[in-house]
Amino acid sequence: MRNFTTRVLRRIAAGVIVLAVPLSAAFAQNNELVIALSTQITSLDPHFHNLTPNNGLARHVFENLIATDEVQNLKPGLAESWKAIDDTTWEFKLRKGVKWHDGTPFTADDVIATFKRAPNVPNSPASFAVYVKPVIDIKASDPHTLVMKTAAPHPLLPRDMTAFQIIPKTLVDAKTEDFNSGKAMIGTGPYKFVEYKPGDRVVFARNEAYWGPKPAWSRLQFRMITNSAARVAALLSSDVQVIENVPTADIDRIKSNAQLTVKGAVSTRIIYLHMDTGREKNSPFVRAKDGKPMEANPLRDARVRRAISKAINRDAIVDRVMEKQALAAGQFLADSFFGTSKKLPPEKYDPDGAKKLLAEAGYPDGFQITLHAPNNRYVNDEKIAQAVAQFLTRVGIDTKLETMPSNIFFSRGSKLEFSFLLAGWGSESGDTSSPLRALVGTFDPAQGLGSANRGRYSNPGLDAMITTAMTQIDDTKRALLLAAASEKAMAEQAIVPLHYEVSVWAMRKNIAYAARSDQYTLGHDMKPAR
Amino acid sequence: MLVYILRRLAQTLLVLLVTSVLVFVGIFMVGDPVEMLVNPQADQIERERTRVAFGLDKPMWVQYLLFLKNAAAGDLGNSFVYGRQALDVILERMPATLELAFLAMLIAIVIGIPLGLYAGLKPDSKVSKAIMAVSIVGFSLPTFWVGLLLIMLFAVQLGWLPSTGRGPTVDVLGLHLSIVHWDGLKHALLPALNLALFKLSLIIRLTRAQVRENVLLDYIKFARAKGLTRARVLGVHLLKNIMIPLVTVIGLELGSVIAFAIVTESIFAWPGMGKLVIDSIFQLDRPVVVAYLMITVVMFIVINLVVDILYSVLDPRVRLGSTPA
Repeated sequence: MRNFTTRVLRRIAAGVIVLAVPLSAAFAQNNELVIALSTQITSLDPHFHNLTPNNGLARHVFENLIATDEVQNLKPGLAESWKAIDDTTWEFKLRKGVKWHDGTPFTADDVIATFKRAPNVPNSPASFAVYVKPVIDIKASDPHTLVMKTAAPHPLLPRDMTAFQIIPKTLVDAKTEDFNSGKAMIGTGPYKFVEYKPGDRVVFARNEAYWGPKPAWSRLQFRMITNSAARVAALLSSDVQVIENVPTADIDRIKSNAQLTVKGAVSTRIIYLHMDTGREKNSPFVRAKDGKPMEANPLRDARVRRAISKAINRDAIVDRVMEKQALAAGQFLADSFFGTSKKLPPEKYDPDGAKKLLAEAGYPDGFQITLHAPNNRYVNDEKIAQAVAQFLTRVGIDTKLETMPSNIFFSRGSKLEFSFLLAGWGSESGDTSSPLRALVGTFDPAQGLGSANRGRYSNPGLDAMITTAMTQIDDTKRALLLAAASEKAMAEQAIVPLHYEVSVWAMRKNIAYAARSDQYTLGHDMKPAR
Repeated sequence: MLVYILRRLAQTLLVLLVTSVLVFVGIFMVGDPVEMLVNPQADQIERERTRVAFGLDKPMWVQYLLFLKNAAAGDLGNSFVYGRQALDVILERMPATLELAFLAMLIAIVIGIPLGLYAGLKPDSKVSKAIMAVSIVGFSLPTFWVGLLLIMLFAVQLGWLPSTGRGPTVDVLGLHLSIVHWDGLKHALLPALNLALFKLSLIIRLTRAQVRENVLLDYIKFARAKGLTRARVLGVHLLKNIMIPLVTVIGLELGSVIAFAIVTESIFAWPGMGKLVIDSIFQLDRPVVVAYLMITVVMFIVINLVVDILYSVLDPRVRLGSTPA
């Protein structure tokens, strides 16, 4: 037995020594940048699934007519300039000298083919039709000029043009599998497709014939690491050089590491509370203070809603729960974005004022309510909900909390099963028209209003203001109208805004990236830092 | 033997049918896939269009019958999220899970059986006691935590092994495998170790118990008395007799390792089936979940069948399918 044991032990020792070949831990500028993404992509087809990770990767190979900078201002993309000729007609002048990855020149016909393909991809779980639908007619008046007509004035047309990628006309009938295999990955973008391993990684190589500024890295490798702890570990062990979506609890640890740096940007996502104002009586989760069922619905009274807003200490939530990776909110978007009002600072923490308002509204002792929240959708969503429940209980609104996975939460919420819920909304267009229409517009599928209005808040005056703003083509006038609509919504406390999420990236110190409010991680915008 | 196998196949179909009903009903009750998939900015018309396109506007029993009809033709449905055949999406990732499972079982068996043998033959030595203590720790610690610890130690602190992902793959007989060369093996080592820990502990303890029981029996004394070498007594006679319970456990564990490597795959970002399934559950990608569970059932049944056949090979006293006269 001794012989057997020593033989085995010797073999194990040999194995361990062989394994102890240290991995190169130093970041050498070897022209490949490895980036870790936090969500899986579902396809490389830019028109298959309107999902942030898909769109982010697509932007490396395919481009938009109009691009956006890191705070979502419009800037020229494949279109050099654009203007509204009249309320329903737009003219786009396209960039000359742009070539597809296969060498053919880019012309207006490619855009027309894109408009045909984008809304019609078979089996699409989230289609791009919504951006293409408003354009009822599109013509090329010459190879580099496009004229688009809309049915009604549509001031958001340029915004819609930032939302989907242009493909060459030869790919108008391409299938999703062709994109996933790489056959159809022919775009105009700064990177060319190299490899895609589903669930694992995507590799791009620099397009040396790109019309724009040359990206710094000749190869990009995107790895999909959905587990947050593993993603941070990958950065700490130098397996990757950039990560997105840093969990708030790890930010301090990364900041204290001399070789790493953290970059954040206020996103367009707002975390807010929605209240059941649709039911006149008998809201499902509202009870009297002693637990008996209550006929009246206190949430219909604006004073009660304002009391809820006053009772919450947003600064404490930002500081302690979100570890400073959030910005306290007083309206639908941070005031650097289009359509916000300069007169809506976050509501100050005022528990006494809240109690006074509740007494005024006829609830001096408060009442009982249940708050529903998702627990795996937004950053620290569960913890935020716990904090809110505690703040409200302190002013007399005894709040029970129920959290659930997002797939159940949204289904039940949309069926109006809740009285009081916490949710988030990301404005894709980067302006306040999106949250105004979706969250506080009267629910009206025909008009496309109130698609996420789970409290069924309804104010015809507000609806009229929103609709007028949406037909105003002039940007300055529209911004003022949207600001006024935001002010009206907040005066009635249609929702209780909590904070805007800050998107956080972490990377090695010798990489610079302008953190984006639309949460895209773009390899061509990363540059070596001094 | 043939009749036995045919009978088992018939039972398989029955089990599959019952499973499909249970899974279908179960996943039907959870949430609304359209809510999860459709862009929140989309309007009602878009949602209705998506609902109809996925067949979700029909009542549950109609959807189930359609599913059965397609399943009989080999089509287990189209994934909502990927837009392709659910079966294809799963099979694409199967080699990754299989090679991880294979490596994990290899580690567990190759290390577990010798250690268990030693602990069984020399139960009072310090080394044996250490082995048993470590085995308790091995199946008590949660996989999630151990995985993160392994990453922190070997990847972040020591830098010996990569922290995530699968190594580059090589085409072997049509399958894309990564563990056939050193770079891929490096990537697979930590997750395989993580996965193997529980099985290792189980095998050590089981082997030791079996050895303790068998070593006292007459046939061992008789074999030594006959003059056989120690190696032959242990390696041939003892090992063969402790194999039956071991084979059962290894078979069951192999099945569970393949089907439920979810936690390890999530932590190590290993692109296998487990990760696919947990993501599909969250995204309410019903066809993938149903297809996956059907595949898992088939796999367990096949493994059990192989184990039963191995019994009759290992133990000549066992006759498959025989009933007492």
